[in-house]
Amino acid sequence: MSVSIPAPRSQRIDPKYKRGPKSHGSFEKLAWLFMRLSGVVLIVLIFGHLFTNLMVGEGISGISFGFVAGKWAALVWRVWDLVLLWLAMLHGANGVRTIINDYAEKHATRAWLKGILYVATIFIIVLGSLVIFTFDPCVTGSELAQCL
Amino acid sequence: MSTELPEPASKIELKPGVGGGGEIPSFDITLRVRRFLPEATADAYWEDFKLTMYGTDRVLDALHKVKWEHDGSLSFRRSCAHGVCGSDAMRINGRNRLACKTLLKDLDTSKPITVEAIKGLPLEKDLIVDMEPFFQSYREIMPFLISKGHEPTKERYQSAEDHAKFDDTTKCILCAACTSSCPVFWTDGQYFGPAAIVNAHRFIFDSRDDAGDMRLEILNDKEGVWRCRTTFNCSEACPRGIQVTKAIAEVKQAILARTV
Repeated sequence: MSVSIPAPRSQRIDPKYKRGPKSHGSFEKLAWLFMRLSGVVLIVLIFGHLFTNLMVGEGISGISFGFVAGKWAALVWRVWDLVLLWLAMLHGANGVRTIINDYAEKHATRAWLKGILYVATIFIIVLGSLVIFTFDPCVTGSELAQCL
Repeated sequence: MSTELPEPASKIELKPGVGGGGEIPSFDITLRVRRFLPEATADAYWEDFKLTMYGTDRVLDALHKVKWEHDGSLSFRRSCAHGVCGSDAMRINGRNRLACKTLLKDLDTSKPITVEAIKGLPLEKDLIVDMEPFFQSYREIMPFLISKGHEPTKERYQSAEDHAKFDDTTKCILCAACTSSCPVFWTDGQYFGPAAIVNAHRFIFDSRDDAGDMRLEILNDKEGVWRCRTTFNCSEACPRGIQVTKAIAEVKQAILARTV
């Protein structure tokens, strides 16, 4: 039984470890910075959102279509919710992107997972923004004051 | 002709049990080594060795005992055996340690002590891995002084305050305990790894060096400092006690401060 084992080597690297060409631009740096800044802003936005929806007035039992309609009658809450939607989605999507980068071992797996992630993220951001911008409280049979 | 020497004049009679270190306590251990013999088997396997060791022995002494008295085919790297050369980094009870700095008495000797090669680098034999990818990353960050301007006639002066900025990262012995404890490096081996960043830090924050910007640019890569997830495995693994994660954070801040 004799198996030939390659001679000790230097300057020879398993292809798995060969790093691709240097990345241009500073996307990873900006993404890193965005995570920290959006995180700080999200703390304010999320707890503000939770407080006004669940603590003020009737609390959780007061949440209804009418409650949302009343809230979005004020521009400040539309802007609040829009910023919350965008930051939360981008923050979350970038977090999942780094998790995929860290855990997917094959290029194909990585590309597929990230593709699904990007499609889902864009879909939710577009859908959410559309709702905020085109929201009309006066659905048929509405009993809200401004619709009568 | 008698060869007996006279008693030295300095000899002091001690009562029995007084002075000396007393007998060094001995104990039995099971050393569970992850073996990989590419010429014999395709897969790695665990092998147990029952040894009687002493309170002053380290894991490296146990490995020596196996190699010299039980199984000469056991392969591992070691050179100075005193925690300076950085040859014998290995996973001991699941943590990256230098075998020459880990005393057996500090481990739980009631259970088998597991010893395996460091993770994330190609396994060559038993506890020996191919260190080439590790050193390639090290070379890429240019670990040498690059100085513009005139060469001074004497030494290059530096204040104690300026030196303190990078003193911690000069302690690296390139044992790879940090890089091979990093879960991001385990994934695909593309990440530069803590050791390369620590050695870049050593020159980036050196007031005598003029190529800090070049090194920051090299590490401002998708496989550079931004892949660090601050899991602190590297700081925990470093046998020299370098605050590795802190050094990586300082390099991140230096990149941001220069080029936001």
